[in-house]
Amino acid sequence: MNFLGILYGVLFWVATIIIVVGVANKIRIYWKTPAPLKIPTMPAPRTQTGVVFRMFREVFFFQSLFRSDKMLWLFGILFHYGMLLVLLRHVRYFQEEVWGFIAFIQPFGKYAAFIMIVGLVALLVRRFIVDRVRYISAPSDYLMLVLLLVIAGSGALMTFVTHADVVQVKAFFIALRTFDFSMWALPGSPILLLHLTAVAFLMIIFPISKLLHAPGVFFSPTRNQVDNSREKRHVAPWAAELDAQGVEYLDQVKHK
Amino acid sequence: MADYELPEITGEDGITDVPAVQKDVMVGPGPFVSKPDFQVGMHFPSDIEKGDDGKWSLIPNWKEEALGKLDELRGRYRSLQVYLDICVKCGACTDKCHYFIGTTDAKNMPVARQDLLRKVYRRYFTFAGKYFPKLVGATDLTEEVIDDWYNYYHQCSQCRRCSVFCPYGIDTAEISMAAREILNHVGRGQKYCTEIMGKVYKIGNNLGLPEPALADTLEGLEEDIEDETGVKVLLPLDKKGADILLITPSADFFAEPHVDGLMGYAKVFHELGLDWTLSSYASEGANFGMFIGSYENMRKISLRIRKAAEDLGVKRIVFGECGHAWRVAYSFLNTLAGPFDFLDQRYPVPQHVLEITWPAIQAGKLNIDKSRNDDMTLTFHDSCNVARATNMGDKPGGQFDIPRAVIEAVCNNYVDMPMDTIHDATFCCGGGGGLLTDDLMEVRLKGAQPRMEALKHVSDNYGVTHMAAICAICKSQFTKVLPYYGFSMDQIVSVHQLVSSALILTGQVDEEDED
Repeated sequence: MNFLGILYGVLFWVATIIIVVGVANKIRIYWKTPAPLKIPTMPAPRTQTGVVFRMFREVFFFQSLFRSDKMLWLFGILFHYGMLLVLLRHVRYFQEEVWGFIAFIQPFGKYAAFIMIVGLVALLVRRFIVDRVRYISAPSDYLMLVLLLVIAGSGALMTFVTHADVVQVKAFFIALRTFDFSMWALPGSPILLLHLTAVAFLMIIFPISKLLHAPGVFFSPTRNQVDNSREKRHVAPWAAELDAQGVEYLDQVKHK
Repeated sequence: MADYELPEITGEDGITDVPAVQKDVMVGPGPFVSKPDFQVGMHFPSDIEKGDDGKWSLIPNWKEEALGKLDELRGRYRSLQVYLDICVKCGACTDKCHYFIGTTDAKNMPVARQDLLRKVYRRYFTFAGKYFPKLVGATDLTEEVIDDWYNYYHQCSQCRRCSVFCPYGIDTAEISMAAREILNHVGRGQKYCTEIMGKVYKIGNNLGLPEPALADTLEGLEEDIEDETGVKVLLPLDKKGADILLITPSADFFAEPHVDGLMGYAKVFHELGLDWTLSSYASEGANFGMFIGSYENMRKISLRIRKAAEDLGVKRIVFGECGHAWRVAYSFLNTLAGPFDFLDQRYPVPQHVLEITWPAIQAGKLNIDKSRNDDMTLTFHDSCNVARATNMGDKPGGQFDIPRAVIEAVCNNYVDMPMDTIHDATFCCGGGGGLLTDDLMEVRLKGAQPRMEALKHVSDNYGVTHMAAICAICKSQFTKVLPYYGFSMDQIVSVHQLVSSALILTGQVDEEDED
């Protein structure tokens, strides 16, 4: 147990609670908010299975983005898939016995950091040089990319240049889960602490930022609805009250 | 023609180059504001006054009302709540809007248009916007913001092209409809839409054409067809017990080229021996309730169609050529005015007139002489709402294939415009979504640029002489804007106008053959 271990232990528990509760709350809001009208962007699938495939193509291949902007698609793919591999590689820090698949991807995950960084730098440069994108960017849009670059850069530094004591780091993260306070200890490496601080910060802002696009895309009515409006009647509960009470306007609806 | 500084079209590859962003090119007062009595008719607040400068005030507690309405709407529409939250500002949509391309105004980029509302949502309803407004681009709601909303949310035709290209499907139409619904409730209704809907409630159609005038018009059309073909083709009105109720945009009753389309439907129905009628009570296909984001008014107009169907005792409902009407019909009618269990369930409810014509052509039930359209080379303008918000037939993409199949079945010469400008990537005509009014002429003209560019391409390179459409707004808009781009107004035609010219009715005697 050391001071840094306690500090970051608390920080990561707080960050974890915030991201889990925050995102769960947002999902609850998206879930319970009705979609009163059928608005899929056509042509849309005629079956629920078709919708699953459409969503799969959007989430894994960025299908609409590909049609929209090939360069942006490439940068986005590099960043997201680079990050995916890097994240998978990190799973080993939470496992006492590392799964075979996670062990297998370790070398790929290592170099994927560069792919992720290339993608992020390209996205950042693009945000500066394309006049349309510059116009729509708020400071937070640049800072989000900078934050991710800090995370990826500090991580890559530790992998390839100044190695941190990963054995102790792994013991720390396992102890966070098991509440074995004796192991709540971290080495005082500035790069490691920068890396961990940035990650915790990213987790904390996740539910209050545009990172909500990750859970949000699944709730996008233009992408997740079936083209079956003529066959199946679709009515939101608040709209059904208009029918039930035989009134024209919502302020005439009597609430029981 | 009034003078406007219009973009040049070259016709080179049919694709308009993406312009450099400019600020405030299209800044202005927006369309004419809805007067108190029009507001009352829509069940909207009406305590507004016209100042000495001619500008209408907002309602007294406008700020509280606007924020309250925004909060209410995000609880009623998942689309609004999700889309306000999840945009990552990637910029994929920025070059996709015809109004941005045509005007170069930064606020006409879809994401920038959404941000006009999003920055207020963030300021009042999100943690980051409440405590770090500058960081996330959140701003206070002021009268200037309301003015910006009124101006720029009426430079969106809700055509949904941005939604196709957004990685999350964020649909600016949903945002602009919500914004207009907020504006409706703070005293900034749009005159064009509210006045027209008032006519629907009072008389039954957007044009305010009462039953006797309508009956007279239809009789005139019957005479025209008889003069031309020697065959008595009926256009029945309020005929009880007919099988089919035809709902069509009221422009079909007299505007060119719409009316030629209406005569086309009548000839097809006649030839197929269908027993049909129009209704004077529901003599309007278009539903402007959608444009202003008012679910209640959209429902109220839709219920007129249900009532007409019940009163006349019909078995089927068929819609004529109208883009937004077809969206409300195909996607919303069952929701708004269903269930239609009193109609014949062997047919989809409702049907598009092309869903009658195309199977009839396929089955060889219509005697078609394609050469009668040989004086034209056609292309087809996919109307935005048909293309991206509806379907036809039972397979995805029917909304693209069926109209083209019908055109190619009645015309020998057909050429498509470039792929990036048709099907679900089609460009709006520039007059949709409640913008088809003279007080918005500049944005209409500029917004038509991408379509005009594509048309010039096929016109210069493939000899296209005419463009067919299945939307009353497209037809009216093109009639007006084509001359500004060096075309003539009669180069826009109805699809059923083409069917009508090629169709030889049983017993038809052509005018020129008579003597």
